[in-house]
Amino acid sequence: MSLTTNNINQNELRKLAAREGYTFFGLTVPYLIMVTALIAIPVGWLFYLSFIGRDGTFSFENYERMWKSKAYIKIFITTFKISILTTIICAAIGYPLAYFMSQLSRRWANICMIGVLIPFWTSLLVRTYAWLVLLQKKGLLNNIAIDMGLISEPIKFVHNTTGTLIGMVHIMLPFLILPLYANMRAIDKDCMKAASSLGAAPSRAFWTVFLPLSLPGLLAGLLIVFVLCLGFYVTPAILGGGKVIMAAMKISSNIELYFSWGAASALGVVLLVVTGIILFIASKLVSIDQLGSR
Amino acid sequence: MENSSLNISIKNVTKKYDEFYALKDISLDITSGEFMTLLGPSGSGKTTLLMVLAGFTNPDYGSVKFGEEEVILKPPHLRGIGMVFQNYALFPHMTVEQNVGYPQKLRGVSKAETSRTVDEALETVKLGGLGHRRVDELSGGQRQRVALARAIVFKPKILLMDEPLSALDKKLREEMQIELRQLHDTLNMTTVYVTHDQKEALTMSDRITVINGGELMQLGTPNEIYEHPENGFIADFIGESTLLPVQVKNSKATIGKTEIKVAQPLDKDGNFSLVVRPEKVFLAPSKKKKDENYFNGRLLDSIFQGESQLLVIDLESAGGEAQELRVRIPNQSVTDKALPAIGEKVTIALKVADSYVVS
Repeated sequence: MSLTTNNINQNELRKLAAREGYTFFGLTVPYLIMVTALIAIPVGWLFYLSFIGRDGTFSFENYERMWKSKAYIKIFITTFKISILTTIICAAIGYPLAYFMSQLSRRWANICMIGVLIPFWTSLLVRTYAWLVLLQKKGLLNNIAIDMGLISEPIKFVHNTTGTLIGMVHIMLPFLILPLYANMRAIDKDCMKAASSLGAAPSRAFWTVFLPLSLPGLLAGLLIVFVLCLGFYVTPAILGGGKVIMAAMKISSNIELYFSWGAASALGVVLLVVTGIILFIASKLVSIDQLGSR
Repeated sequence: MENSSLNISIKNVTKKYDEFYALKDISLDITSGEFMTLLGPSGSGKTTLLMVLAGFTNPDYGSVKFGEEEVILKPPHLRGIGMVFQNYALFPHMTVEQNVGYPQKLRGVSKAETSRTVDEALETVKLGGLGHRRVDELSGGQRQRVALARAIVFKPKILLMDEPLSALDKKLREEMQIELRQLHDTLNMTTVYVTHDQKEALTMSDRITVINGGELMQLGTPNEIYEHPENGFIADFIGESTLLPVQVKNSKATIGKTEIKVAQPLDKDGNFSLVVRPEKVFLAPSKKKKDENYFNGRLLDSIFQGESQLLVIDLESAGGEAQELRVRIPNQSVTDKALPAIGEKVTIALKVADSYVVS
């Protein structure tokens, strides 16, 4: 049967569909402009700068230095060590808390969520200095412990790895809890009941059903925390007291002390590439949409 | 044949939330191998009772015995029951096979035996060959079958089902009702089935327990519950019915001023209701008979429903108040004689044998 005689309004309807398409695309325009102006162009510029040597010509010296200089290798090791430790500690603290919250009624879970979010809404700088006040040599914690006779000498909590970790874990925790909690909430409670009715003791049901089902949320949380840690500046700078040097701090000093835009850019590019590789591997490890769907 | 099922004995089970009774002194015996349905409207406590049997809800007091064994203090995973949930509750991170094999794995059954029993269970629910599928590749009906296979693979003596068909569309639901019933007859497990769908309950059950407001209203076979409801709630809830107010005095029943004859002896005076089911009333023949009660009215509406014609009739002087009555006339032949027109006066009849009053 031929349709040619019946194509009433065909062109008009096509135009309508096209117009809807343009309108829809239009929604992305502000974001596209912002990304281009604030991310794509500067990052491209940095990328270019990273290949410019001290004498102003094209060279790989900025990258070579990273490879050869012991200081740079140490910075990378510190950055990864601190980031991995922070991520692990966040998971160890955040997972049980998110689990607890996911088992509460909505009402109580929301109250707990406010508890998680209040520090999140407070300025990063304020929180970091608050830790300094609390943890320093003559800080609140040491004073109380000494007054109570628990210790005779103040414990060194800050200006070292410990202080950096305490501060970073505190700052990063909500980033882990939020996706994890959302994931755990979405797990069908009947799944755990089913496991139990089929003969699984509570711990067995947790390991075989709940944990695998919460992995996408956990992975998302771990990734966010880890990636944020890699480029973290404020907290390690203040609580590390110059003794814990992470990549972001080196970038800053390259620019502020040595005016070496090239070296700073190269470090930035390497961080970006490493982050990209990690995200890629993670997405291969667990396909989030696959695990989450029911 | 080996006895593969257990009887369930429920005694005085009571569960109170603040001032609200979810279950009020429920005592109930379910015989071994029986298909028992817990039927009630939503919030009636039927699911709570099932959860008490499964061990997910602890009552305030009461006893639940499987066979001779008191299980009320036992955690769910030690009760050895198979359970099917309303939304299937399949494990989305496992394949069909892994889902069904889960209880076997927990029980330390060997790989070969697990594989054999999983295949057998999948065959039983007509899903043979789909073991490698992912759960999200299955349709709703197939998922429910997997859930069922998972609940029966370890041959539990008791099978609990919580509205397992409510998420399916009507046609599939009706097919599954028959299939579940047949499956029960083959497996011979004591089955406790929760539903709010009275038709489903009538179709599937050996016996039905009607629950409302946490109380056991009536226990009986589908036939008993339908034909002889013990009160107005059940008469209204099970099947379609109109309740006509009836006054009983000195063993005589009257509606308004008209005396009616009823099937049961009347030994108490007071206000009762006559249960009138649409399929039991019919247009009165011109010649009146002694074994029929008659009601006069006017035809309000006449609706063609495919298998039947529904007549809505406005009854005359049914105790003074306006009262609608529904009459269902089976569509037996296109040559059926003409129906009365809307607005016309009609007389409808109910056999005395079908005239049944409830409190």
